[in-house]
Amino acid sequence: MPNTDKIVRVASGQGFWGDSLDAPRQQVEHGPVDYLMLDYLAEVTMSILQKQKERDPAMGYARDFLGAVESVLPAVADRGVRVVANAGGVNPESCAQAVLGVAERNGAKGKLRVGVVTGDNLLPRLDELLGSGHELRNMDTGATLDAVRDRVLSANAYIGSAPIVEALAGGANVVITGRSTDTALTMAPLRYEFGWGAEDWDRLAAGIVAGHILECGAQCSGGNCLHDWREIPDLASVGYPIAEACADGSFVITKHPGTGGRVSVASVTEQLVYEMGDPRSYITPDVVADFTSIRLAQDGPDRVRVHGITGAPATDKLKVSIAYRSGYKAVGTLVYSWPDALDKAQLADRVLRERLDRMGLRFDEVLTEFVGVSATHGPLAGAAPAELPEVQLRVGVRGSDRAAVERFTREIAPLVLNGPPSVTGFAGGRPKVEEIVAYWPALVDKSVVQTRVEVLS
Amino acid sequence: MSAAAAGTVRVRLLDVAHARSGDKGDTANVGVIALRLEWYELLARHLTRERVAEHFRGVITGDVVRFELPNLRALNFLLHGALGGGGTLSLKTDAQGKVYSTALLRLVLDVDAGEASRLALPTVG
Repeated sequence: MPNTDKIVRVASGQGFWGDSLDAPRQQVEHGPVDYLMLDYLAEVTMSILQKQKERDPAMGYARDFLGAVESVLPAVADRGVRVVANAGGVNPESCAQAVLGVAERNGAKGKLRVGVVTGDNLLPRLDELLGSGHELRNMDTGATLDAVRDRVLSANAYIGSAPIVEALAGGANVVITGRSTDTALTMAPLRYEFGWGAEDWDRLAAGIVAGHILECGAQCSGGNCLHDWREIPDLASVGYPIAEACADGSFVITKHPGTGGRVSVASVTEQLVYEMGDPRSYITPDVVADFTSIRLAQDGPDRVRVHGITGAPATDKLKVSIAYRSGYKAVGTLVYSWPDALDKAQLADRVLRERLDRMGLRFDEVLTEFVGVSATHGPLAGAAPAELPEVQLRVGVRGSDRAAVERFTREIAPLVLNGPPSVTGFAGGRPKVEEIVAYWPALVDKSVVQTRVEVLS
Repeated sequence: MSAAAAGTVRVRLLDVAHARSGDKGDTANVGVIALRLEWYELLARHLTRERVAEHFRGVITGDVVRFELPNLRALNFLLHGALGGGGTLSLKTDAQGKVYSTALLRLVLDVDAGEASRLALPTVG
């Protein structure tokens, strides 16, 4: 007889690489949790990590994760909390060794069993795949990968919950993956704990929805919440979200007592629609979840019950995230003050563009924005109010010629002395030239990706 | 803001809905959520694909796609060609479409006066 009263608590402690350093520890210390889920990977993160690995073969993972592990070590080593993270980036093996090193240095040697999931990295196999008829066409443009093949930096398949479940079943109390989907980090522990089958579509979909709600950290518990934002209490100590799940796939989103923020139907709904495509078809490696089936109900203060979720069979493809070099860009800014701040900024923009033209510099794009007037809403913002106290001129250029972009960065500072008056805000120095790493989404047959799981201690 | 047509009143989307937006490549998505359950049907009727496309004319370069989520009293709009190339290619301040949500909430609806009164909609001008 399965225990129908069993509750599994998955806590979210990181919504992206760069999120709060304190959240993981708070999640395991401020109340009961069974799993700590940490999401480190955005679309471009893999390529940054790939560059780091090229410089140092021991690198290529999210190094913040080591601090997170150290901060939750007592809970993991002594209280049975398990950690699931996609911190491995393009080097999960090195990440695992570094985690074992953290345990050893902190007197927890032998207490961590680190599960390592690999097989998502397709970079070494790219030519083999292309050669055997996998075109890896860009999902947005339809172009074949040949167009950018020589500029590819990283290529990773988004993998699902199965290898994480395998690692947990193998006794791992820290599971490190590379490019697993964000949602699998939450769904896998639930699937493991409740023994959901590989074709238990509704429950797998429920786990995916829980993962979607948790994957951006506090963005479902009061952070970045537009609804009633003035009244959301104590954002300074915002509580990160926790999913309390049952075997039937229903769950409650909540946060630890005494923390700030708010978990409401409104805050959870805002997160549900975040980065949403076709809601009836939220495709993951494990299941296609139907977001139009989700039912939400307030279940007491800071508790939202989520139920009714249905799912459909998974497809036979995996999404592949490919990153490639795509030229250079730089953005320069200056601030113009009252009176006539916008007029001055507009004149400065014309002067700058005339100078760039005269130098014969060619760019794929030059974009001017007036921050304080129209940078975020464009023409929808309407006419600028009279008597603006200040306006920031923000000019960006993008192109394949690094020297041209470099030359642009030398033309911002001179405007302070040789352009329109009442200008300031140049303390940041000359704009930096940035190499652009662009994103190429593709699909590949599931059958060509074999994941591997190893548990180290 | 122009005056309302005869027999209608003006309702700011900002006063009847909240929203969140995000990105996928060069596409921004905006989820619009009715503040009250009883306002969803009106929003679903007024916020057509065409109405939203008209709102963003000159701001985005591609099509608008619309999805309904009555269970969440929400509509989801995909705004293609909204992010100056998207992701790392974009030079825009809002390269990831984070505030397209509030740009959509600038929209003003012309609502039948009787219906607005029956639904207790906040109106302007």
